[in-house]
Amino acid sequence: MPNQIHHAASKSTATCYHCGEECREEVLHFDEKEFCCTGCKLVYEVLSENELCNYYQIAEKPGISQKEVSRKDNRFDYLDDADIVHRLVDFQNGDETHITFSIPLIHCASCIWLLENLHKLHPGVVSGRVDFIKKKVQVKYHQDAISLKELVQLLSRIGYEPSINLSDADKKQPVFTDKKQIQKLAVAGFCFGNMMLFSLPEYFAEAELLGDGFKKTFNYLNVLLALPVFFYAATDYYRSAWLSVKNRAVNMDVPIALGIVTLFTYSLYDIFALGNEGYMDTLGGLLFFLLIGKYYQQKTYDTLSFDRDYKSYFPIAVTRLVRNEEEVIPLIKLHVGDIIKVRNEELIPADSILLEGEAYIDYSFVTGEQIPVAKKKGELVYAGGRQRGQSISLAVQKSPSQGYLTDLWNNESFEKEKTHSLESLANRISGKFTFTVLAIALGALVFWAARGEVSLGVLAFTSVLIITCPCALAMSTPFTLGNTLRVFGQGKFYLKNAQVIERMAQVDTVVFDKTGTLTAPSEAKVSYHGDRLSAESKSIIKTLVSHSTHALSNRINSWLDGISTLSVEEVHEIQGRGIQGFYKGQAIRLGSAEFVGYQGGDLKEGGNLVFFSIEGNVIGYFLIQSGLRKGIEQVVAQIGSNKEVHLLSGDQDHERNHLKQVFGKDVLMNFHQSPKDKLEYIQTLNQAGASTLMVGDGLNDAGALRAAQVGIAVTDRITNFSPASDAIMDAAVMDRLPAFLDFAKTSRKIIKASFGLSFTYNTIGVIFAVQGLVSPVFCAVLMPISSISVVVFTTLATNYLAVKKGLKQKIW
Amino acid sequence: MEVIFVLIAVSLVLAGSFLFLFFRAVKSGQFEDDQTPAIRMLFENEIKTNEKKVPSTKSK
Repeated sequence: MPNQIHHAASKSTATCYHCGEECREEVLHFDEKEFCCTGCKLVYEVLSENELCNYYQIAEKPGISQKEVSRKDNRFDYLDDADIVHRLVDFQNGDETHITFSIPLIHCASCIWLLENLHKLHPGVVSGRVDFIKKKVQVKYHQDAISLKELVQLLSRIGYEPSINLSDADKKQPVFTDKKQIQKLAVAGFCFGNMMLFSLPEYFAEAELLGDGFKKTFNYLNVLLALPVFFYAATDYYRSAWLSVKNRAVNMDVPIALGIVTLFTYSLYDIFALGNEGYMDTLGGLLFFLLIGKYYQQKTYDTLSFDRDYKSYFPIAVTRLVRNEEEVIPLIKLHVGDIIKVRNEELIPADSILLEGEAYIDYSFVTGEQIPVAKKKGELVYAGGRQRGQSISLAVQKSPSQGYLTDLWNNESFEKEKTHSLESLANRISGKFTFTVLAIALGALVFWAARGEVSLGVLAFTSVLIITCPCALAMSTPFTLGNTLRVFGQGKFYLKNAQVIERMAQVDTVVFDKTGTLTAPSEAKVSYHGDRLSAESKSIIKTLVSHSTHALSNRINSWLDGISTLSVEEVHEIQGRGIQGFYKGQAIRLGSAEFVGYQGGDLKEGGNLVFFSIEGNVIGYFLIQSGLRKGIEQVVAQIGSNKEVHLLSGDQDHERNHLKQVFGKDVLMNFHQSPKDKLEYIQTLNQAGASTLMVGDGLNDAGALRAAQVGIAVTDRITNFSPASDAIMDAAVMDRLPAFLDFAKTSRKIIKASFGLSFTYNTIGVIFAVQGLVSPVFCAVLMPISSISVVVFTTLATNYLAVKKGLKQKIW
Repeated sequence: MEVIFVLIAVSLVLAGSFLFLFFRAVKSGQFEDDQTPAIRMLFENEIKTNEKKVPSTKSK
């Protein structure tokens, strides 16, 4: 990662002027500067030719190492396809095109500077504008002067290759609801503020001094200002209430809408027919507070994405072989039977059969397992894996969207939004609440009418509806959930929205994925079997593995922590097989059984084996087992104490006994689970009435994450990768999962307590209202007090309890 | 006291124009990215060539 690059730059002898990495193998000199590879030098050359070397002044060593970058000329050919271009661009007219690229490599001020000076690199570019947080750049260019393909090539030449994937091609319309909400809030605030100014004189006896003319004018102005509030700011409530009534349910918005309409119509009657002051200021304040609550409930994490499906990872184009000629075609035009070529580090786009080459496939995106799998000719290779090593040819067996993995997204559970079978607390109460209020109001009307005081009856009726408008009630939920959301966010547990908390509180069954979720690469268990290793041998092994980036090498490397390295000659790695080198004239090999020539049985099972041989004699082997994340036993035990725990794994069940020992007998384990099996497993649990929580990490869990009541994606690097889910959790805080679940319940209790508080206010209000004693001043005082006290109560309670439960450091 | 009517009109127009400006700002996307502009404003306008060590515009 870029940050590490910056740190590495500090001490060593020669560091690359461009990327700041240590120049290990070779040092290239150009312009009196040192570069670690031709790629970095090339970027510098491009920049210096165009007098853009300020790039290197803004941040220290801003470049990205170009060592690993493959430079194939034809890989952007698909951008010549007019259909693809049309799908990618934001806007196009006869002269200009606008396009937004996602560039994950943006990491410092220099990046912003360079990308915003693109027009100096090519006259066809009009401008570039970077969104640093989202790591995006919007480029405007003249399509006659530079084609999209040339633009992408230019970007990749200066080290900022945009990531263009399948989901970019079928862009959805961006959502504007967020902006609308802010605007509604602004309108409500504006009207409320001004109405308060006009209403203020009414609250004091001095109003009489102003005389009737003023009073009337102020009231009419209030009506005028109430119009945008009633017809614009409050529209969401009418819509939601109407929808809910249509579905024969009563949600929280029904009593709110009822209150708003009563307030408005009665105030109109009061002002125009009776010449009184009305309740318009209360209406404005009500909406203002309600909308603040709604806004506070939303917290978006710009850097995270909760909606990614396989399309976000799949390439937009593939290399197809037609009569031994390569051509790059868009993935959507790939058909069953086509022969495709997949190069090193490229993703396999469709289920296919291996025709040629040595496939060595890394399924870490899919399963969470980091150790690549070797495949032989004629074997089926599933889509979603990444080839490591030489190019391979594949015959496509299924279209990209119908594969073993991708077929998941054709399941019906992806079509509809998550159904909220579990009603939110507020909505469940609001039904009873609304009917009680209506009963009281009607009771008051009947009571006064029977006594012959119809007008007082009408006043009492409307007053009850107005005073009980559940503003405080409606605010307790958003503020409690909004605060909880923030507490969780500080604890590196990011929720998609506030509703997830309420669903979390109900969970009674927790399902874990094994690989990558319960186990972690960093916790691998390494053991050595065979002849004893001398200190020298250990050093030799350490030297070999430190030359490799293979997952198994890394694990052996960290097992040999503290061992010094030697000079081993001619070290080189053969992808998919092992590493070899010469030490004191002897050939040393480290790798698969085949590679070292091991023949013989009776090996330990339950993990990956790495053999070590000198001059063809096998000395011994390493057994590398996936290790469990730190503290995971306690997590499972704590959750298991009051919930059912299940475990799903796509692997063989050779670890069953081991896992049984660790987690106890109560954990239900299922092995050999395909992505679809996982999805169906959750669905079965749901149908049996369980409230499920799925914790997973790979694309193969995507179906289960979706089907579960709450799906949590665990990831080691938050911004990197996670399948679509309701929540994203940093793997480092996995041990806090029970605490988070517990706190979700706590926040439910806080909501209940604040309901109690607002009911108290309502009762007081109703006692006055049925007697017809409610005045606009009374309303204008009680309403904000109740709302504000509820907000203060929930905010304090949530944060205080979060600190007490150790989820937060300080209250503020 | 009739001057109050004028003042009310003035105050409404003033507050209304602020509301309008806020709407425009929201529409233009000013509130969408609050990080990049802060960095962008520190860049110097003209580009210094040659190897003059530009006294630091480095971000720490």
